[in-house]
Amino acid sequence: MKRRTHPLEAIAAWLLALVWLAPLAYAFWSAFHPAAYAASFSLSAPWTLENFVRAWNQAPFGRYYLNTILLVLMVLAGQLVLSTLAAYAFARFTFKGSGIAFALVLLQLMIMPDVLIVENYRAISALGLLDTIPAIALPYLASAFAIFLLRQTFKSIPQELVEAARVEGAGPLQILWRVYVPLARPTYVAFGLVSISYHWNNFLWPLIVTNSVGSRPLTVGLAVFGAPETGVDWSIITAATVMTMAPLLIAFLLFQRQFVQSFMRAGIR
Amino acid sequence: MTDQTAIPPVASREPKSHAWWNAVNAWLLLLPAAVLLAAFTHYPIIATIRHSFFIARRSGGELFVGFDNYRAMFEDAIFWKALTNNFWFALGTVPTSMALALLMALWVNRNMRGRGFLRLAYFTPTVLPMIAVANIWLFFYTPDYGLLDQLRGLIGLPGWNWLGDPSTVMGCLIVMVIWKEAGFFMIFYLAALQQLSPDLEEAAAVEGAGRWYTFRRITFPLLMPTTLFVAINAVINSFKLVDHLVIMTKGGPSNASSLLLYYIYEVAFTFQDAAYAATLTVVLLVVLSTLALIKFGYLDRRIHYQ
Repeated sequence: MKRRTHPLEAIAAWLLALVWLAPLAYAFWSAFHPAAYAASFSLSAPWTLENFVRAWNQAPFGRYYLNTILLVLMVLAGQLVLSTLAAYAFARFTFKGSGIAFALVLLQLMIMPDVLIVENYRAISALGLLDTIPAIALPYLASAFAIFLLRQTFKSIPQELVEAARVEGAGPLQILWRVYVPLARPTYVAFGLVSISYHWNNFLWPLIVTNSVGSRPLTVGLAVFGAPETGVDWSIITAATVMTMAPLLIAFLLFQRQFVQSFMRAGIR
Repeated sequence: MTDQTAIPPVASREPKSHAWWNAVNAWLLLLPAAVLLAAFTHYPIIATIRHSFFIARRSGGELFVGFDNYRAMFEDAIFWKALTNNFWFALGTVPTSMALALLMALWVNRNMRGRGFLRLAYFTPTVLPMIAVANIWLFFYTPDYGLLDQLRGLIGLPGWNWLGDPSTVMGCLIVMVIWKEAGFFMIFYLAALQQLSPDLEEAAAVEGAGRWYTFRRITFPLLMPTTLFVAINAVINSFKLVDHLVIMTKGGPSNASSLLLYYIYEVAFTFQDAAYAATLTVVLLVVLSTLALIKFGYLDRRIHYQ
């Protein structure tokens, strides 16, 4: 039996929780009420969807949604395929140079593409890919983090299962597909959730390599839309902000446990 | 953490004669990831260092200038300003958000009513895009009309341009980032707390140790590896967090809120000086590698199971 919590402590915990939710609650308040109530709170304030309608009509948010979804799926698919193959090589093959190769992969954990913006911009521009969705995705497709996590998982898979598959005549790729991949499912889910959240929210690199509606993800679209020069109403900007974060927020509320556990699993290496 | 040794390789049925075939298989599996890593991590690192020794000629082409870019950087007041800002930003955000994170984890780990809700409330800011967070907080800090000034108005204080004044801008951004990050660090403490044996706390209770005493002498020391791990990750992270500057302050007023990565972005894409941006990036690479070396080398060896 754990000791009972002191009532004062419980009150403090709840107060902190309310303070922590307040900024978000405020954003929702302002997004669902007329501009006149953006900063004055009254229970009689009328609810409205007008802000969302106007935000949606003033900027191509539909297109931004599509771009972000394409980007997130492209990055995730690339990361899963590439890191599965690489992690398999590191986990179950002995070959010369594997130690150095793995160290070179891990280098990306300390120096992520996020800080190499100058040279990566040069490279993307040389490839003629500026202002496209693949330009945003390319530097992130090979993920040291995913390779690391999957290698760890693959190494823990019992050798007997591999032997059994081999006796049945399975080749290396069949063994990977039939034994390793299914057993590593929890790792895939954990990495997937972290990757989706990261790339849904990513901003600086997409800002640098995109400059048109056709390729801008939601975050960049929101920044362009909300820039002070545009003189858009505060309530409408908040509505756009809510639209930007809503899909991820809803997913988080629905799969709260998986999210927290994924971030935990991914963070502790 | 434990690397199994001597795993029979998958591809070799007759290990000795087929060692090369094994290696070919492995490299083929590695190839796609290796190409992309080389193109977007290894090559850019080398190119960054190389470009920091050149300047672009107006006629096109480049000119080797030795350490001139570095000399210019050491005389650049904005560079020093951004670097010191990074220091204060880390000092302002990391200890406070970690202390809050520990407190949150202790509460959520407890048998408290509504702990699911508490965990949800604390963790939610973590899943939000920084750019959305910046938009929301921008409104709190807006002069006169914003929430903070309205609260000041209630007690008769005049409005204040929070983000427009060099003396308050950094503090405002620090508060926002603490709010964004604390819940993320909480889960590491939570994971560590769940590993601790409940017997320890029980034993302490049987011995009549108070709650504060138990925390200070038992729980906190056992959490030390987590604390160091989170601390170093948090510092590394503080060098990458610049999204909010783009819409909140653009590094201003008079560079009071600029950070190194933001300054790199400005130099490269607003002032179009790629050579100088490369020089600044070298500094950031040195900082990040140093932190990583501390993390992988020194800490990993020292903290475990002391």
